[in-house]
Amino acid sequence: MNMLDIRNLQVRAEDKEILKGIDLQVNAGEVHAIMGPNGSGKSTLARALSGHPEYHVTGGEVRFEGRDLLDMDPDERAREGVFMAFQYPVEIAGVNNAYFLKAAVNAKRKHHGQPELDAMEFMQLIKAKSSLLDIDQSMLSRAVNEGFSGGEKKRNEIFQMALLEPKLAILDETDSGLDIDALKLVATGVNAMRGPARAFIVVTHYQRLLDYIVPDYVHVLSGGRIVRSGGKELALELEQKGYGWIETGAQPVGA
Amino acid sequence: MTQVAEKLQPWRATIEQRPRSGPRWLQDLRDRAAARFTALGFPTVRDEEWRFTNVAPIAAAEFKPTGADAAHATESDLAGYLYSDAALRVVVVNGHVVPALSRTSGLPAGVRVGSLALAVTEHTEIVQRYLGQLAEFGSRAFTALNTALAVDGAYVYIPDRVVVEQPIHLLFVTTSSDASGPIMSAARALIVAGERSQARIVETYVGPRGTSYFTNAVTEVIAGEHSILDHYKVQQESFDAYHVASMHVHASRGANVSSHSFSLGGKLVRNDASALLDGEGAECTLNGLYLADGDRLVDNHTAIDHAKAHCPSHEIYKGILGGRARAVFNGKIIVRQDAQKTDAKQTNRALLLSDEAMINTKPQLEIFADDVKCTHGAAIGQLDEDAIFYLRARGLTYFEARDMLIHAFAGDILDRVKIEPLRVALEAELYAQLAKDLAELDAA
Repeated sequence: MNMLDIRNLQVRAEDKEILKGIDLQVNAGEVHAIMGPNGSGKSTLARALSGHPEYHVTGGEVRFEGRDLLDMDPDERAREGVFMAFQYPVEIAGVNNAYFLKAAVNAKRKHHGQPELDAMEFMQLIKAKSSLLDIDQSMLSRAVNEGFSGGEKKRNEIFQMALLEPKLAILDETDSGLDIDALKLVATGVNAMRGPARAFIVVTHYQRLLDYIVPDYVHVLSGGRIVRSGGKELALELEQKGYGWIETGAQPVGA
Repeated sequence: MTQVAEKLQPWRATIEQRPRSGPRWLQDLRDRAAARFTALGFPTVRDEEWRFTNVAPIAAAEFKPTGADAAHATESDLAGYLYSDAALRVVVVNGHVVPALSRTSGLPAGVRVGSLALAVTEHTEIVQRYLGQLAEFGSRAFTALNTALAVDGAYVYIPDRVVVEQPIHLLFVTTSSDASGPIMSAARALIVAGERSQARIVETYVGPRGTSYFTNAVTEVIAGEHSILDHYKVQQESFDAYHVASMHVHASRGANVSSHSFSLGGKLVRNDASALLDGEGAECTLNGLYLADGDRLVDNHTAIDHAKAHCPSHEIYKGILGGRARAVFNGKIIVRQDAQKTDAKQTNRALLLSDEAMINTKPQLEIFADDVKCTHGAAIGQLDEDAIFYLRARGLTYFEARDMLIHAFAGDILDRVKIEPLRVALEAELYAQLAKDLAELDAA
């Protein structure tokens, strides 16, 4: 059984058909990159999988570990182990970042019948996970994402992923707006979490991120469909030839 | 005029029977206030300052002040409103200080905390100099009414250079009606802080749950040069009570006055908070947090008058409204011609938990100087959907996410309370009320 099995997924946002039938299977241990030009539907796929209320599934099905993912609320998906790193992490005034992280960790633990972490245990967890991503005390004591730089926001996303240890992590253009140092830091955080039990879907416009997070598969989205799938060399080909090549010349896979 | 007279019919006898005790100057003050009230009558919604707040129910009811003999209250009535035992406290029941319930021992030399009526005779010079001076009643009917009817009240005097470390708690209680009908409490406070003095003062207004009464309060605060005053007003009246209050602050050169208003009770509530920054470098903070549900109304009017140069002022008001509750916020900032280098910030935010709740809000900037910084912002609305989704995407349920955001909204003001036991008590009361409101919302 695939960890994630997407069949003919169709998604509409703001009364516009964006995904027109996506088929994608992801197994535990795999890293899949989703690439494509602007407006091709990459982020829509990520957001629909996370249950964003503004993205309406109009057809197809998605199964996560055999269960109907689309039938779950966004928070249930999260507690079951689906994590999305936001392209634009939301600033939440007045909610202390450490407090929020503890609530998130404990929501998941409670869901899985594990005892909730107390303040001391949580601080130990923070300590263990923070050094890799260079998360300092000030990022923990400030309000969630408030006043964070672009790089800090993305690091905070990956830090949350490290704390929540999802089965499936979806990175929605995590590289956008990052300088090379921040990009390396984020990639290090992701690579540290790669393992046989975990899968990643890395949504990106540029090949650059994939130099650091090397994918097993690359899929190219165009016009709401996957038009090419291949290995990591497909990303390099795209980098050299640009997306114009895909949009004009390629036929959808299987067509 | 005949219209006014008719409306005042139930109040005419009350005004006529106003207290006659005390020295000549005090009687004159009451007489002038009584005459002014009779001429003004109660405000109506045609009055710009009262456009959204209809006080007809107060005008129509026969609320009556009570004598000192009817000022019954027991220690257990006060439980829940005394924070960390409130070692320094003045308990005022129906406008009369009850010495048996008050605690004023161990004060630093020269500090007076106690009955205003007593201070009229024992501290005449100070009281005569300040009482009724800031709380002008020429155009304010409720202030005139209070000035005419107040018999006693709380008095706080801190001499120059004295620091009072213990918070001073002024607790205003209105008891339920006895045989004579619903009660009006003319609550009065006079706070005088000398040069370079420091104090923390909490005013709390309470009454028995489920009873209807009327609290008409006036507080005057005189902050001497370079004094530091940390003031809190906690309004926790019965949900069936009427509460109309005004606070008047005078800040001299270099004084720093901060006042936080928490409005958690009452059926119809009007708070006027005004501050005159009357010396260079005087600074003031007026913050507020209010909560209303059902058919309740909370009206906050603030006015900060920058009369001199180099005065910063800070203001944040936040409200949470459920049910069919209504709120009014009017924030006036005046910058006089001489008040160059003024730095005034005003923020007003309200969270509407239901479709039927509403707020009327109006910033009012009157700026006559040219080298000043004045900012104001208002944000009214529902909870941020993006924030809710973000929290849900991390595993919190919709309800957990919503509660976290509401608590954060209120916490912004609560966290500024520097008296820890007070903050804890306010938090508990606020969150208990919110939990009830949200449960009703979820059931609907």
